[in-house]
Amino acid sequence: MSRQPYVRPISKTTWYMRNGRYKIYMLREMTSFLVVFYTFLTIVALSTLAADSPAAWQNFISSQQGPGMVVFHALALLYFLFFQTFPWFKLAPKAMPVQIGEKKLPGSYIVIGHYVAWVFISAVIFWLAGAL
Amino acid sequence: MEIRQIELEVMRYDPEKDKQPWFQQYTVPCQEDWAILDALNYVKDNLDTTLAYRWSCHMMVCGSCGMMVNGEPSLTCKTFVRDLPGKVRVEPLENFPIERDLVVVLDDVMQKLHKVQPYIIRKDDPPPEGVEYTQSRGALAKFKQLTMCINCMCCYSACPQYGLDNNFIGPAALALAHRYNLDSRDQGKSQRLDILADHDGVWDCSFVGACSEVCPKHVDPAAAIQQMKIDGALEFWKQKLGFPGGES
Ligand code: SF4
Ligand code: SF4
Ligand code: FES
Repeated sequence: MSRQPYVRPISKTTWYMRNGRYKIYMLREMTSFLVVFYTFLTIVALSTLAADSPAAWQNFISSQQGPGMVVFHALALLYFLFFQTFPWFKLAPKAMPVQIGEKKLPGSYIVIGHYVAWVFISAVIFWLAGAL
Repeated sequence: MEIRQIELEVMRYDPEKDKQPWFQQYTVPCQEDWAILDALNYVKDNLDTTLAYRWSCHMMVCGSCGMMVNGEPSLTCKTFVRDLPGKVRVEPLENFPIERDLVVVLDDVMQKLHKVQPYIIRKDDPPPEGVEYTQSRGALAKFKQLTMCINCMCCYSACPQYGLDNNFIGPAALALAHRYNLDSRDQGKSQRLDILADHDGVWDCSFVGACSEVCPKHVDPAAAIQQMKIDGALEFWKQKLGFPGGES
C-alpha cells in the first residue's frame, strides 16, 4: 500500500467560475474600483476647494453635471446601495452581535440602528452643506 | 415504500492504479427516505465492494461523511435523495488532497485545529485547591453556538481562500479559537492573538460567507471571524495606546 494523495488543480484565474456564490462575490470585488474612483474624486474636490479659486470649483462642478456623468453617478449610487450598503448592513449583526443577559438582541434591531445612523449622518452632512 | 432509481456518478481514485480521478456510474434503487450516504452504502453492499468513503454515525454527529454532492459540500447523511435530481454527482470534499475514492487527507486541518490552542488557558494553572471556575448561563450563551462544530470540514471545502492558499488557518479552526476567546473562564486571548492576527489568520478571510452557508450545524464561522477582526483591531490599538491588554 503506497500513499499517493491526488491534489485537484485549482485555476488561479478562473476559480470563481465554479459556483454562483463565488461569482457574486467576485462581482462585488471586481467592481470595487468604484470605491477607489470616489475616493479619488473626493480628493480632487477637496484640493480644488483648498485652491481657493471659485472658477476652478465651478469648473469641477460643471465637469460632474454633463448627462454622461449624471448617468454614471446614478448607476454608481445603485451599485453602492445594492453591492455595499445593503449587504454590509445585513451582515452587521453577525460581526457585532449584542447580548443582553442570556439573550441575543434580535439582528433586525442592529440593522435598523445602522439605517437610522445612516439617515441621521446624511442629514447632518446635507445640513452642513446648506442643502436642507 | 416507493423506490426511485438514481444515477450516482461517483469520483474514483486508486492511488496504486490511477494517474487521476475518474467518474464511475452506478444505478441505485433508492427508498424514499434515503440519504446519499444510504445510496453509497447500497453501492458498497451490492454493486462494488471496492468503493472507499468515510462515515460512522449516520446522524450528523461524527462529522466524517462530508463530500461534494452536486458540487456543494454536504454531510451525505443529511442530504436526501428526494431533494435531488435523478442524477447525482458525488466527489470527495474539494480543497483537500484525495487519499482514495471519496476519502480525503485531513492532516492539514487537524494540525490547524491544534494550533489555535483550543483549550482553556489560565494564569492560575493548576487551579488553587478547592477552586471551581464557574460560568453563568449568559456567559455560556456567548459561545454556545460555536461549540456545535463537528469538524466535518465542509467549510474548508467551500472556502475559496483556503482553496487558493492552504496556509490560511481557515473557518472551523478560527471559529474554534473564537469559542475559547469568548469563554469567560479563559485567559488565553492574547496568546492566541499572535496566531490569529498573523497574515494567515483572520485577515486572510474576505468574508465570502461560503463557509457559513454550507455549515450543517449553523456554527457560522464567517461571523466568528469578523468578530475576531474587530477584536483584533481593538486589541492592537489598546496595545498601541498603552491600555492594559484586554483579557477576557
Ligand atoms: S464549522 Fe460547520 S462546516 Fe465547519 S467543520 Fe464545523 S460543523 Fe463543519
Ligand atoms: S467567510 Fe472567510 S473563512 Fe468563510 S469561506 Fe469566506 S473567506 Fe473562507
Ligand atoms: S455519518 Fe456521522 S455526520 Fe454523517
